[in-house]
Amino acid sequence: MVFEIPKNSYNGKINNLKLGVGNSQIMVGGEAALPFHGFEGDIPNRPIIAMEVYDAEPSGWPETVSKYFKDVFSDPVKWARKNIEEYGADAICLKLTRIAPDGENQGPEEAAELTKKVRESIDKPLIVYGTGPIEKIAEVMKRVSERNADSNILMGWAEEDSYKTIAAAAMGYNNNVISLNQLDVNIAKQLNILLTQLGLSPDRIAMDPASSGLGYGLEYCHSAMERLKIAALLQDDKMTQMPIINDIAPEVWKVKEVKESEANYPEWGDQEERGINWEAISCMSLLISGSNILVMRHPGAVSLIKQMIDMLL
Amino acid sequence: MALSGLDIFKKLPKTNCKDCGFPTCLAFAMQLAAGKVELEKCPHVSEEAKKDLAEASQPPVLKVEVGSGDQSFIVGEETVMFRHDRTFVNASAFAVTVKDDMDDRQIEETVKDINSISYERVGETLTINAVCIKNSSGDRSKFLDAVSKVSSLTGKPMIFVSGDAETLKEAAEKFKDRRPLIHAAKKDNIEVFEGINRDTGCPIVVRGETIDEVIEITEKLREAGVKNVVIDAGTRDLKSDFVNQVAIRAAAVKKQERRLGYPTIVFPDEMTDDLHKEALIASLFVAKYGAIIVLSGTDRQNIFPLLIYRQNIYTDPRRPMQVEEKVYEINNPDENSPILITTNFSLTYFIISGEVEASKVPSWLLVMNVEGQSVLTAWAAGKFVPELIAQFVKKSGITEKVKRKEIIIPGYVAQLQGELEDELGEGWKISVGPREAGEVPKFLKSYAAK
Repeated sequence: MVFEIPKNSYNGKINNLKLGVGNSQIMVGGEAALPFHGFEGDIPNRPIIAMEVYDAEPSGWPETVSKYFKDVFSDPVKWARKNIEEYGADAICLKLTRIAPDGENQGPEEAAELTKKVRESIDKPLIVYGTGPIEKIAEVMKRVSERNADSNILMGWAEEDSYKTIAAAAMGYNNNVISLNQLDVNIAKQLNILLTQLGLSPDRIAMDPASSGLGYGLEYCHSAMERLKIAALLQDDKMTQMPIINDIAPEVWKVKEVKESEANYPEWGDQEERGINWEAISCMSLLISGSNILVMRHPGAVSLIKQMIDMLL
Repeated sequence: MALSGLDIFKKLPKTNCKDCGFPTCLAFAMQLAAGKVELEKCPHVSEEAKKDLAEASQPPVLKVEVGSGDQSFIVGEETVMFRHDRTFVNASAFAVTVKDDMDDRQIEETVKDINSISYERVGETLTINAVCIKNSSGDRSKFLDAVSKVSSLTGKPMIFVSGDAETLKEAAEKFKDRRPLIHAAKKDNIEVFEGINRDTGCPIVVRGETIDEVIEITEKLREAGVKNVVIDAGTRDLKSDFVNQVAIRAAAVKKQERRLGYPTIVFPDEMTDDLHKEALIASLFVAKYGAIIVLSGTDRQNIFPLLIYRQNIYTDPRRPMQVEEKVYEINNPDENSPILITTNFSLTYFIISGEVEASKVPSWLLVMNVEGQSVLTAWAAGKFVPELIAQFVKKSGITEKVKRKEIIIPGYVAQLQGELEDELGEGWKISVGPREAGEVPKFLKSYAAK
């Protein structure tokens, strides 16, 4: 006898999301099978790794990760290039922290100018996340989209209470939008319906399931993503077929299990190695549950995850 | 093959007595067929029917117990592909390798180290489950010596790995009281392993180069009545091993393929020399169907995150994880430190306590038992309401610990402020904290400065 693997028959596939233009363009998504189930269907594009760049020196990072970026903390352009040239980032995820109203309250123009400068100095796609209240983010992204017209950047984020401004900004200038949902399949679908009803093409949307890290609710994220992918692929639910982005780095690097030293917690082992494992295991879990874009921080974890993807594809 | 609801119905009393909690015997039978209830729920079912139904109602992945005494572990009994479909049942068992060509001191250190690994988290104790002893020397007496040494140092279950069936036979006979797992039967020596299982009762690993070969062996073992079987379909190549794990689980769960309906063992320690990669491969198999996972060493920076990951994945999604109801001391609080209150949903607790800790502000965190619900859910369910909160605060013991009689409540339940002050009386004040955990550090810093 010859054993035959009981295969899923898929009715749907994940949308192709175009990031960047010209030589820097990459495609994300497009798969017609569950993660790494290449024996069941076509997986044309690899999951990609976007590495973080901040517009200001970040605070609260443990030395075990900040030491790789200290020389570029003050210069987002250099930081982005270092991520690409030295650490092999597939894309850059620029975090706009200075726009937060309870901080510097930087205006949209200045923030947008920075995104343009970073984009023009790299040969990889750009993802932009804002911090602060959603209204301020939307106001900033409007300008960001305008200043980066026709360049297929990916902008975060839209949520159910506030999606019109950012969707309009993306449509008007040919860019992409991240739809944020709190680990909930129905909310994710609802928001995608609202965005597409507004006229935004489904292939201009990526979904962010508000990722949670190892030990802090990772299993909720894992299962929410598996449900999204099953709905998309097996039930051909069009409103769940957007590629998934996981902004996981901040979730991993804020917990005490990566911040505490081995001297304080000898039973936890070497702090840096532990931190790399914390980020990489979180990412591995997200990959096998369906991540298309991972936003990562530690160069060691990035390298490991890239190798794991190579081995599994 | 699993029986249909109708097949099961024929064997039930058909009295529709409702003692099982379902309106009719047929409804109960349908639930049984779907694996959603246990046969024991019917108090009237005959012994004969029980026996008939036992085989059919066995889970698609059979249960296998390894080891003896209170440290033995159970794997198998899985019924789904995805944890959200119901839940994963028995958490993957981690084993750490000891090689018989290590010297005595190395063996002793490794085993003691394995014994010492223990983490408390969310009311569970996380440990390594087993020691995997490998006949790396190829020498029989060395292997027996190593096994003997390990068995004297730990009560944890053992896994015996050797390429020589006779060595395994001797070791199994000698240590059968410990019920070790024996690795591995191959297609050319099945009879020896039938014998080992019959004479010692030890569970047996079947190793095939392909899934076809595995089926060939398990089929013969089934015919011989051997039930305690674990599958090693390992090529030690990550991609093929991943596909094999998915294929075996899918065949067992979706096609009721009994010949593949056994728990599996995987060997990340043999798949890479890089410890980080080993940890990642192990984590992949925690989520994707590895029942026993063999690791090369005890480095805490690898073991600790892996044990937490296993706990995450094997949490029952139908029941929220809970932490203990009590007063948690964070950053060494004193009698003037701020007091915060929240519910005992483990995620809520972890996130809030993490933020309080990060704030560096010494604080008291009151965690109230609301059966593991989040703040808003518990409030909506009438479990996190002024009267009950006041009762909890008074019996929590916080009143004896502080002078500053003021409690910070979560921003999402700001409406409780006035009523809770009334319920508490005795000069207690309530202040409203932020809605999101991320804002807690900023809030606490300015609060403590007041």
